[in-house]
Amino acid sequence: MDAQVLIAKRIARELRDGMLVNLGIGIPTLVSNYVAPDVRIFFQSENGLIGTGPIPAEGLAQARLTDAAGRPVTAIPGACTFDSAMSFGLIRGGHVDVTVLGALQVDAQGKLANWMIPGKMVPGMGGAMDLVTGAKRVVIAMQHTAKGKSKIVKRCDLPLTSARSVDLVVTELAVIAFENGRATLVETAPGVSVQQVREATEAELLVRGDVPTMQL
Amino acid sequence: MHTTTLHDAVARIPDGARLMIGGFMGVGTPEGLVDELLRQDKRGLTVIANDTAVPGIGIGKLVTAGAVRKVIASHIGLNPETQKKMLAGTMDVELIPQGTLIERIRAAGFGLGGILTPTGVGTVVEEGKQKLTVDGRDFLLETALHADFALVQAFVADYLGNLVYALTARNFNPVIAMAGSTVIVEAEHIVPVGMISPDQVMTPAPIVDYLIART
Repeated sequence: MDAQVLIAKRIARELRDGMLVNLGIGIPTLVSNYVAPDVRIFFQSENGLIGTGPIPAEGLAQARLTDAAGRPVTAIPGACTFDSAMSFGLIRGGHVDVTVLGALQVDAQGKLANWMIPGKMVPGMGGAMDLVTGAKRVVIAMQHTAKGKSKIVKRCDLPLTSARSVDLVVTELAVIAFENGRATLVETAPGVSVQQVREATEAELLVRGDVPTMQL
Repeated sequence: MHTTTLHDAVARIPDGARLMIGGFMGVGTPEGLVDELLRQDKRGLTVIANDTAVPGIGIGKLVTAGAVRKVIASHIGLNPETQKKMLAGTMDVELIPQGTLIERIRAAGFGLGGILTPTGVGTVVEEGKQKLTVDGRDFLLETALHADFALVQAFVADYLGNLVYALTARNFNPVIAMAGSTVIVEAEHIVPVGMISPDQVMTPAPIVDYLIART
């Protein structure tokens, strides 16, 4: 299975009926494709929409209906729109149940860096700092390594997104939780051993007993 | 409220003015006002907006033309020219978390000196800012952000200046309309007074100074 699809499928299983969910750009966007049909999620776009639907069919794009990357989307029946102050009131105010975001680094305590590489790539934090600070649950969707280097590090050397730790990291190799501020290996991907995950991970991983395989 | 032309509205904006411009990745940006700023060759502008769109669209055009001295935004990652000018030091860029940016603008329009937010605590965003503890939780004091002009795009306006926005083109528009000393509105449709139901009005007419008449 493609690494990104595997990550998205696993994260889709974290979402429950009726949740308000905000997906970041990149792998997180794919998560909406794998939600079970009987589970109704309210997807929020930070630019002012709850009820974000699929990409419109060719020729049916509405210029005033876009996602957080400015791409055309649809709105499902029952959707609502609002201004940016309301959108970030929802985010910062603790009304978003789950946010799924990408990452540059996550460290052993679950601290996240995902908005800049000083002097090199400075896209800005956009809504990321508010999302990590305010969402009830923060789930990170990312590849385990970048250019052969672990993205799960002992300590982030890139600027942090928030003082708050993330709750869950899902990669193509593993699911890692941060209960009590310690990186804990809770699942391995199909066909991946605990040893393989450890070898690919710079941060020390806590392992308790047998580690189950990801259900997809 | 006065109706006016694009030319006359933009002629009121001096070089070096501080502008808030509506839009999110160009959606909800008053494109006619942006084009007129370029046509009148305004320089040294400070632009306060969510982002700088992409080259060739909305605020991206102002960046490319070198009309902007400083950008205050939350995200510039989709406009490589903004990044290039920032890293080269030819344009100042101040990055602010999106929720903080919109609240600082809202504070200005609502007569507040600033707001307290947990966003940015424990990150580089807190540098140089006052930190306050309320009920055991740390917050940053983020001060109000004002502008000389708010350039607003509306979906429907009436001839008094009541405004309605559409779908995700609303974004920063109703908030900046409260925070600009002078508010200039470009509307897709202008309708007679009384056509907009009071319950549908998103920006009340007395806030608007100039409405661009359709020609």
